[in-house]
Amino acid sequence: MATTAHAPPGSTTAPARRIPLPPLLAGLAVALLGSLLCCVALGSSGIGWGRVLRYLGAGLTGGRIEADEVSAYTIVWELRFPRALLAAVVGAGLAAVGVATQALVRNALADPFVLGISSGAAVGANAVLLFGVLGSLGVWALSSAAFLSALASMALVYAAARGTGHGLTPLRLVLVGTAMYYGFSAITTLMVFSADRGDAARSAMMWLLGSLGGASWQSVPIAAGAVLLGLGYLLWSARGLNVLAMGDETSSALGVDPERRRRVLFVVVAAVTGAVVAVSGAIGFVGLMVPHATRMLVGADHRRVLAVAPLLGAVLLVWVDVVSRLLLAPVELPVGVITALIGVPCFILLMRRRGYTFGGA
Amino acid sequence: MRVDIEDLSVEVAGARLVRDVELRAESGQFVGVVGPNGSGKSTLLRCVYRALRPTYGRVLLDGDDLHGLTAREGARRLAALPQESGGEFDFTVAEVVAMGRLPHQRAAGRTSREDTDVCAAALEQVGAGHLTDRGFLTLSGGEKQRVLIARALAQRPKVLVLDEPTNHLDISQQLEVLALVRDSGLTVLAALHDLNLAATHCDVLYVVHGGRLVASGPPDEVLTAGLLADVFGVRAHRVPHPVSGVPQLLFDRLPR
Repeated sequence: MATTAHAPPGSTTAPARRIPLPPLLAGLAVALLGSLLCCVALGSSGIGWGRVLRYLGAGLTGGRIEADEVSAYTIVWELRFPRALLAAVVGAGLAAVGVATQALVRNALADPFVLGISSGAAVGANAVLLFGVLGSLGVWALSSAAFLSALASMALVYAAARGTGHGLTPLRLVLVGTAMYYGFSAITTLMVFSADRGDAARSAMMWLLGSLGGASWQSVPIAAGAVLLGLGYLLWSARGLNVLAMGDETSSALGVDPERRRRVLFVVVAAVTGAVVAVSGAIGFVGLMVPHATRMLVGADHRRVLAVAPLLGAVLLVWVDVVSRLLLAPVELPVGVITALIGVPCFILLMRRRGYTFGGA
Repeated sequence: MRVDIEDLSVEVAGARLVRDVELRAESGQFVGVVGPNGSGKSTLLRCVYRALRPTYGRVLLDGDDLHGLTAREGARRLAALPQESGGEFDFTVAEVVAMGRLPHQRAAGRTSREDTDVCAAALEQVGAGHLTDRGFLTLSGGEKQRVLIARALAQRPKVLVLDEPTNHLDISQQLEVLALVRDSGLTVLAALHDLNLAATHCDVLYVVHGGRLVASGPPDEVLTAGLLADVFGVRAHRVPHPVSGVPQLLFDRLPR
């Protein structure tokens, strides 16, 4: 033979290349801070950078604001800043539950919404929007209804998926969740058509596609608390998620009871999804795309993925919100429209470039 | 570490998959479980590596009831290679092997120096040190099996359970994988498909048929023409291996 094969078959692929974690995390944290500032400064009211920074300083430290600046200050501190923070919290939360859901059902196509929880939340939200249910709760009616119906739909999906003797298998979860998704969507549609209001379809649609317009200093801490608690649990159990992703038998052999782990994980995912959806509506695609994009950067190890994905999701959603406010200003677009418009081409480009399968280089 | 299976039965949805099985693997022995497809081999082994809870009976490790131990304790004494492809997630080889340290780690704890050393040593032991940075999904079947054995070794177990570890491997890989397992010095309990490989590698064979134990003992006593006709439905001829002298089997269809 004149030619010699230098590499045995199968070793032609280069070693998986992974970006080192500390610089990546530092870079993302800086990017997030910068994005938050940009998000607050960019807007249709033309408040300059200097004033934005001064108002933020005043808001954070309790400085004085002149009488003629109050309206601009209110826009920056009471509207734009909480909204930017909420975008970051929601982006982080959706990314984290996306990672968890994909490990939970071991399916690359899974996002938090395949479990049927967000469409369940939509039923509650629309009951408030269209029929004024829970009116006594005032400004809390919408998010309470969304969160409660998210939990209720979780219980339904859980009960239906947990067959006799088979336990909570990934396939049953996805099937039942998807079926429930259609069921809940049908109920929402029914409600829209039966509502006696001209703008019913529009307000329902705005909620279904996601909006951060309801951000306030009351909603941000609650959502942030839920996301941080959920993320804390996920990071704490990240090694277990790795094992769970390898399969049930492997998990058992390594001392992780897959059934029990999945139950806890399902409740955590449902609660965080419910909390996020309650304040922002059903923003699609972030929970599907960000986990995959993260794995392309740092590989499949959940300890790394769960550190990076929330930051990436936060940065993404902050910018998506900027675009949704400015693209057709003064008309505000649903956030879900922008996530899909930006996300789909980016995602396909990334995937083609890296020969991606499920989780890495 | 000695493994005792006492009077073990498994019922799933009303069907008895395994009935009254008694099995003993002495410390350091290589014990094979053979039987036709659907005979209950995998079900039996799944009870041993805790994927399944036996309906009746117990599994004892040096006298301790396995299902009385915590999952972590159990996983520190006993490791397994289930018949599972390893999912779709593209972990690196190093990450897959590191999973073997889970029973020794605290959930949120950092990876210790010992963890890293044990994993590196396990990979070297199976001759896969050069694969460390490769993606697990890009490996060949034989390479994957080596890596999974390394993961099991990284658990630092006393007992190794293998469910048909040579499936889908070419013959040289089959021999290598079984030699690796043999050389580990652990108590081994393996379901094997290939009777000749079983005869060559096992100290003791247990034959399972229809969920029941039908024979046990050293391979040359167990693998008789009569048993092979009854259990596997084939006519078998025994010939000594020209080098090792171990009896090997040649098969025909049974005359009708």
